[in-house]
Amino acid sequence: MKILVCVKRIPDPDESLKFAGGGLDYSASKWVPNAFDEYAIETALRLAEVVGGTQRLAEVIVLGIGPESQRQQLTQFLAMGADRGIIVDADPDKLDTATVSKLIAAVFKKEAADLLIAGKLSQDNEGGQVPQRVAGLLDVPQASFAATVEWDQAAKALTVGREVDDGVEVKRVPLPAVVSVDLRIVLPKSVKNGSTPATHAYQEGPRLASLKGITMAKRKPVAVLKPSDLGVAVGTNEQVVGVAAPPARKAGQKVKTVEELFEKLTKEAKVI
Amino acid sequence: MSVLDDADREALRGTLRGFIEREVMPHIDAWEEAGGFPRELYRRAGELGILGLGFPEELGGSPGDSTSLVVLCEEFARTGAGGLIAGLFSHGIGLPPILNLGDDAQKRRFVPDVLAGHKVAALAVTEPSGGSDVANLKTVARRDGDHYVVHGSKTFITSGMQADLVTVAVRTGPTGLGGISLLVVEAGTPGFTRTALDKKMGWWCSDTATLYFDDCRVPAANLLGEENHGFLGIMQNFNRERLMLAAMAIAFAQVCLDESIAYARQRETFGKPLATRQVIRHKLVDMATRIHPVRTWLYALARRIDAGEWPIAEICMLKNAATQCVEFCAKEGVQIFGGAGFIRGNKVERIYRETKVLAIGGGAEEIMKDLAAKQMGL
Repeated sequence: MKILVCVKRIPDPDESLKFAGGGLDYSASKWVPNAFDEYAIETALRLAEVVGGTQRLAEVIVLGIGPESQRQQLTQFLAMGADRGIIVDADPDKLDTATVSKLIAAVFKKEAADLLIAGKLSQDNEGGQVPQRVAGLLDVPQASFAATVEWDQAAKALTVGREVDDGVEVKRVPLPAVVSVDLRIVLPKSVKNGSTPATHAYQEGPRLASLKGITMAKRKPVAVLKPSDLGVAVGTNEQVVGVAAPPARKAGQKVKTVEELFEKLTKEAKVI
Repeated sequence: MSVLDDADREALRGTLRGFIEREVMPHIDAWEEAGGFPRELYRRAGELGILGLGFPEELGGSPGDSTSLVVLCEEFARTGAGGLIAGLFSHGIGLPPILNLGDDAQKRRFVPDVLAGHKVAALAVTEPSGGSDVANLKTVARRDGDHYVVHGSKTFITSGMQADLVTVAVRTGPTGLGGISLLVVEAGTPGFTRTALDKKMGWWCSDTATLYFDDCRVPAANLLGEENHGFLGIMQNFNRERLMLAAMAIAFAQVCLDESIAYARQRETFGKPLATRQVIRHKLVDMATRIHPVRTWLYALARRIDAGEWPIAEICMLKNAATQCVEFCAKEGVQIFGGAGFIRGNKVERIYRETKVLAIGGGAEEIMKDLAAKQMGL
């Protein structure tokens, strides 16, 4: 089995945004992997490895789309345990969601992958479109916002639990397929591969790269492709008109009595 | 040791930060009050390779240079608990003599288990009669067949209670530097006993002990290198230990500054935040002013050491500058915290209690000056 996992680098969400020239100023940003992509690689690794053994049930390939030089986040996923990497060397500012999806689908086909695991969205622009678009382009089944995944190796299928508004929806998805993952996929018992004991409890959250993993990551193969190698024309139909900070909140008013509050709510704010 | 690039060090920092946030921060205050941390922490750190940073890959380590060890110190210092660093990394002084002087069989026997976190290693040089005066140490090891019979005692030994193997400096020959050897003494060896020194000013979560050797029979196979050639191994160790102590001191000074800034912004007196008061703002600037030059010096020295230099005099001076820096920053930090700084449960209070061990341990301030003076040809 071949599992493809996407990684997108985003400005650290814990840092405050800087605005300049009608847009965001990223010049001093610290770049980190999208957290949902970290959940995706953790899912892929839990499917691929057999806890207590050395056997690997799947090859895990990390795909990054962006300038070849900015591969630190992809290297981090290799350090966590992925087998190899692919970079599609392109300027992400010149790609819209549709083009990104085409590139991912093209790599999926080129690799003859069995499963794409992606984060449910990227934390920077929260589009939440890419995995679904890729499934559409590939014409394969999809399960989005997965909270649990069980792999039925013999039947070549996944059973995916999705937390929806009125409960947990369970989907049976034959491979090849696309799965996008939500936060709960990294709970200790969310992923079962049929070989690691079902009782095994993983440490919660995406794993930390071991120091050995960090050393090994640089020795793992990373292929660099151009969009043209994949037969995809680079371009965007999206245009950012402007990005501005929300207006600063004005100071509130202090009232001394409930009567005064009532008066202001009825006459000034007119909400009652 | 190979030199890592910036991306490797950032990756290392990420792993260390994640480990500390997940495994250490939720428990550190309780461990400090309880006077110890669980053995399991060694195993968890070993699994991630944290204990093996800078040790040979073939023995279970991973590549790391002095600069990456400084990164390790900086990240662990964010806990504000020097005892954790001293205890978890006691092998950082316990193992190097095995690597520098030991043969292949000894390395394979002792090192991998420690780096994996299954065993704890310690170093024992200081004796009740003296510490830095290594040439006059009194613990004696007499050869008897294929054993050494060790008699004497060691004190202020970090991880001394828990250690499964202790690298012990012993006298095997005449008085002076030329009569010193290093022996690995394993837990459970008959005649080896220990008592805890558990009433300390700081470093509460690390265990400190006095070790007693009473006709303790240690296999001659545990002698590191040649008999009477142990002194160099001890001295090489001191350089590394002093650099790490300096890194800890500077990182703790930074913690004092960060904590003080956060507190001064939030704490209001006479209707305004402390951080708006000139007297407090100046204190904060004074702290930062002390930290910057010492940290720059630390990084410069680490790079030079990685390039193959051993600037002994500068390491001594750096250790003093760094411990004076943390003494100043901890003093000002506690002052800014006021009454809250006198109550246990914050990092600044804890670091204040730990400044002295940094200025005394690994060679006291005065010893550092004497050594530097000698190196300067005075």
